Amino acid sequence: MGASLTRAAQWTTASSATGKLEITPLNESLLKEILRFVEQFSSRHPQEAKHVFKEPLQWSTTLVASDFKTDYDINGPTVQSQEKDSEGHPLLQLSPPTISVHSFSQLSKLVQLADDKKLKEVRACLEENRDPVVKILGPSFATVLDGEDTSVLRLVDKVKQGDQATDSEVQVKLFLLLQHLDNQLLSNSLKQISQEVRLNPAVVKTEVELLKRFCSEGEKRVLKSVRYTSDYEFGNGCHTPPWRQVHGEICYLVIEPCDTETLYITCSTAGVFLNGGIKQEGEENAYERTSDMHKDLVTLLRNRSPHFAENINKQKIQHVESVDAEEQGQPQRSYEHQEKNVHERARQQHTPNKPGGKKKLEPSPRWKNLGLMSPYDKAEEKKASKGSGKEKSGEVQKKMLRSDSKKKAEFSVSSLPGRQSSQKTKTPAGVVPVEDFSESSSESEEDEEQPERRPESNTDLPSEYWQIQKLVKYLKGGNQTATVIALCAMRDFNLVQETCQLAIRDVGGLEVLINLLDTEEIKCKIGSLKILRKISHNSQIRRAIADLGGLQTMVKILDSPVKDLKALAAETIANVAKFRRARRTVRQYGGIKRLVELLDCVPDSATLTAEQERDVEVARCGALALWSCSKSTRNKEAIRKAGGIPLLGRLLKSPHENMLIPVVGTLQECASERSYRIAIQTEGMIEDLVKNLSSDNDELQMHCASAIFKCAEDKRTRDLVRQYEGLQPLVSLLSKADNKQLLAATTGAIWKCSISMENVAKFQEYKALETLVGLLTEQPEEVLVNVVGALGECAQIPANRATIRKCGGIQPLVNLLTGTNQALLVNVTKAVGACATEIDNMTIIDRLDGVRLLWSLLKNPNADVQASAAWAICPCIENAKDAGEMVRSFVGGLELIVNLLKSTNKEVLASVCAAIAKIAKDKENLAVITDHGVVPMLAKLTNTTDDRLRRHLAEAVARCCMWGSNRVSFGEAGAVAPLVRYLKSKDSSVHQATAQALLQLSKDPNNCITMHENGVVKLLIGMMGSTDEILQEAAAGCVANIRRLALANDKARYG
Amino acid sequence: MVTECQHRPGRRVQIYCYPFCFANAPFIRTEMSAMNRKLIQTLAETISKQVKHFNKTEAECLIRLFNGLLGEQTVAGRAVHGLDRGKFRNILHNTFGMTDDMIMDRVFRAFDKDNDSFISVKEWIEGLSIFLRGTLDEKIKYCFHVYDLNSDGNISREEMFHMLKNSLIRQPTEEDPDEGVKDLVEITLKMMDHDHDGRLSYADFEKAVREENLLLEAFGTCLPDAKSILIFEQHAFQDPLDQ
Repeated sequence: MGASLTRAAQWTTASSATGKLEITPLNESLLKEILRFVEQFSSRHPQEAKHVFKEPLQWSTTLVASDFKTDYDINGPTVQSQEKDSEGHPLLQLSPPTISVHSFSQLSKLVQLADDKKLKEVRACLEENRDPVVKILGPSFATVLDGEDTSVLRLVDKVKQGDQATDSEVQVKLFLLLQHLDNQLLSNSLKQISQEVRLNPAVVKTEVELLKRFCSEGEKRVLKSVRYTSDYEFGNGCHTPPWRQVHGEICYLVIEPCDTETLYITCSTAGVFLNGGIKQEGEENAYERTSDMHKDLVTLLRNRSPHFAENINKQKIQHVESVDAEEQGQPQRSYEHQEKNVHERARQQHTPNKPGGKKKLEPSPRWKNLGLMSPYDKAEEKKASKGSGKEKSGEVQKKMLRSDSKKKAEFSVSSLPGRQSSQKTKTPAGVVPVEDFSESSSESEEDEEQPERRPESNTDLPSEYWQIQKLVKYLKGGNQTATVIALCAMRDFNLVQETCQLAIRDVGGLEVLINLLDTEEIKCKIGSLKILRKISHNSQIRRAIADLGGLQTMVKILDSPVKDLKALAAETIANVAKFRRARRTVRQYGGIKRLVELLDCVPDSATLTAEQERDVEVARCGALALWSCSKSTRNKEAIRKAGGIPLLGRLLKSPHENMLIPVVGTLQECASERSYRIAIQTEGMIEDLVKNLSSDNDELQMHCASAIFKCAEDKRTRDLVRQYEGLQPLVSLLSKADNKQLLAATTGAIWKCSISMENVAKFQEYKALETLVGLLTEQPEEVLVNVVGALGECAQIPANRATIRKCGGIQPLVNLLTGTNQALLVNVTKAVGACATEIDNMTIIDRLDGVRLLWSLLKNPNADVQASAAWAICPCIENAKDAGEMVRSFVGGLELIVNLLKSTNKEVLASVCAAIAKIAKDKENLAVITDHGVVPMLAKLTNTTDDRLRRHLAEAVARCCMWGSNRVSFGEAGAVAPLVRYLKSKDSSVHQATAQALLQLSKDPNNCITMHENGVVKLLIGMMGSTDEILQEAAAGCVANIRRLALANDKARYG
Repeated sequence: MVTECQHRPGRRVQIYCYPFCFANAPFIRTEMSAMNRKLIQTLAETISKQVKHFNKTEAECLIRLFNGLLGEQTVAGRAVHGLDRGKFRNILHNTFGMTDDMIMDRVFRAFDKDNDSFISVKEWIEGLSIFLRGTLDEKIKYCFHVYDLNSDGNISREEMFHMLKNSLIRQPTEEDPDEGVKDLVEITLKMMDHDHDGRLSYADFEKAVREENLLLEAFGTCLPDAKSILIFEQHAFQDPLDQ
């Protein structure tokens, strides 16, 4: 019950502590459902009914002692049940007005006693026990219940933990029962909710504008006035104060109808209703709902004001008439022109500001005939929103329209119902729902609109075209037998050929094929799907299928008991769902859950019956479809919620490549989500992924490597890959350098795995570095990024730095510094930086002028590149011969790096501080950067709380103190007090650097005073006890300086 | 049939709408004595050994069902050795949803192996074995037999035309209303006539069906769909004491 109570039930939004259940149809049905459950409980599950609740359910009841009959001890106004628990406490106690109940058997009885008041009792009980499950089973179950992907396993664990109680089994049963009820309630309420309309500020605004037009004086007057309670409009389009916006309320209106009293209306996202009379802003008590919820203002007004209802209809009729008149007025127009005109009108219908707004979407009879148009229309709008290619798509659209209207006579009847419903979902909102761009980054819209390649004239149409046209005719006008023959004949065409695919579409075959899916004839459905499966490889066909509502039907077919049919439907969905809108449709029509259900089969037993083999085939097709769908982030989430991960994990054990490819494909696609990465690790899938790295199928290997690539961000996963001996196969895959996709995935996996030093040791053993260095040239960028990343990680170990040099890796690395790919630059700079920590490498880098290249990357607009370059510069300066001279030779270089201190990126700041600390070792350079104003800039940064930045900043300050009057300047710029605070940081490396900075600063008396005032002495004395000698020394030195000043001061005063 | 049942209290409702309502089952049980029951059991045993897809109990059920159906016929007072054409067609129509008269006749002929215009108990069970549970091979043979109207071992153009002539909605506007059907026959031949002799031999038919299972019932529905099989089996094989 927990989930449905917190999520589905509609609680009043008033701030009273307990909260009331609103009186809505939804809540009512929820209550009835719960009531039925309770009533039948003790007869259905007698054992569970006896289970004593952890805590009693208590609420104030309307029942009195006289309502109770036998089985109860009645003592004045109080009542006790004769049924008692093991310790002798009665299971039901009433001391008016409070009643407490300890078991379901008592609850059942109580409800029966309550008779006609029972609904009220249940309501009261739920209102006062917001979390009944917790009370019934104890709080430990609450956590089980809260998890989104509650697994029974965790539940069993839970019970095991609490195994002291012998009734654990009963508890589990009870829990499962409750959970079942919960699911039932949720699905029920979902049905209702899904019918409800969600309003948004734009829609409401449009509607209000519309109504305002009806307020004009004169005959047509429908309303007296419409006004907002507050004219102030927030940025999000709401007129309500923010604390009401959180409840979904959009605006309050005061509407005066002509015939009834003034209406005070609240528009919220859930619908429109009358409130307690909000005349102006801030009437706190009037927010409560006092009427039913309506889907929009017009519906509400129609209900409330007969005058309105009557007149609004007239308005509508007028409009429709005018449409007709317009049409009759121009009968002489050319066919094409007229079509275009209709099309334009279609677009006007969608512009919200037109008088009549959505009411006018009521189609005129002529309009209805063109029902075929609307899906294209929708597609067209989407295209238009894309902006580019707009004109072209418009052209395509026109052509489609033309061919459509030719066919409309034949099709309009059969295809209208589906079409109309799709219109219905769209019209109430008036505006096309906002597109959600929830797609994952890995996705690219493969299906960019392709140019229509249709021959201009009919003369050069291929013969297939006419044959297919004939077959489509038989499809339309034949009985089942003729249909099957026509389908089989159509299948014999070369459906891979685009001419055939487009011919089927152009002669209206798609509509028929999709309509066939809605019939009861299994053979026709199979035949139709066999064709759709083939032709849906074409992107134009895919779009057309989606536009015709084919996905919805195919999703429905997934429920069919016929396995062949399910498999075919899933496979076709896999083909169609290659673009974003189709994927969303699949999700919205519940396809993901059904597809996940298809995965349930026994994939790995040695001998399979024919039936089981079919199950496996179904699962394979399901996995294919999920693979296509998994390219959208929301679908990934949906797959997880539908329990797809363990099923995929099971299929991963399959020995068949054709099963493994879609499964691993899905997993690697989903591995972009953290939840999946965790699941892949914890469900033991790494082992299987590693195993399949050694398969002999390139595609499978690629997906496995790619999954490891994405998962190996996590240390535990990296360790697992090593434990399952996955590193060697990865290294050997490097030899397949011809398959670039495979190479990219493999090098990616190696890169991420090499983040663990244990793995690097393994790679050393397998001589991976030599191969990787060989891959530094003539590879596509996605490979290079990974190769360089891996080298950068490996180069953290000194031996590898030498190896890279010996294999001649330094030169190609330095050459890559001239690239433009930012991801690549980040990795290259890191690798070069790591290599530069070795003197021998540095000599080469210096010779190749690598430092200059690094330095110029500081100018890169990308902050990551800047930071990475600055980090790389540090070891370079440290290890280069004549570093000071070299740095000075970069014209404008010092100014450039000092100016980077203005960056807002912490990483950039930290790296630049580190670099400045190195640069400042050279006195001349220090002088230059001082002239560029490094001191005030550093001082400005001192207020940071980021420990990494603090450390490098303190280092830089310490170094920069060495010049001229910089110490004094730091003091004047107020850098001292913040630095003292650094000593309180938890990071010991910050302490060291800070102590050194303070030591330098303390050479100026004024700074000493500031430090002392900020309580530095006590902190430093603590530091002096540290085991870190440098820290000790610096702390002691600083204290000594402060003390010396104090002594001198004393001496001056008293001496 | 239906009214007869309604007088019997305690019957399951589903039976009313069901053609095999076993109206005479109790009658059989009392009339036909224990000895008779024994007879049925032995018969069931022998038949179940000859017929592939039914075990002994199932065969027994089907025999009872057959006897029940036969019993209804005897009421008319004729001497019968098996189900006659009308009765059988009734079953095909009501239980298995077949509509095409000609095909139903052909199905009867396929069941009636000895061509005596009656379906004996053995023919009944043998026929149902393929009808309900046949393998693809058996079904190909059966369907070919059904479609080979003159039983000459070939499905000719004329036979196809005959079977397909009602499969298209006739457009009154067309000059030759049969043109569509003729064309359909040509399409079918093009698909299935592998040896290009203008007719379908068994080999042609078999090859085509193996390539594309949907062509099994290319010339008209002559096998029940999964749903009616399920309903029939559920009903026929329920525990005889339940009835």
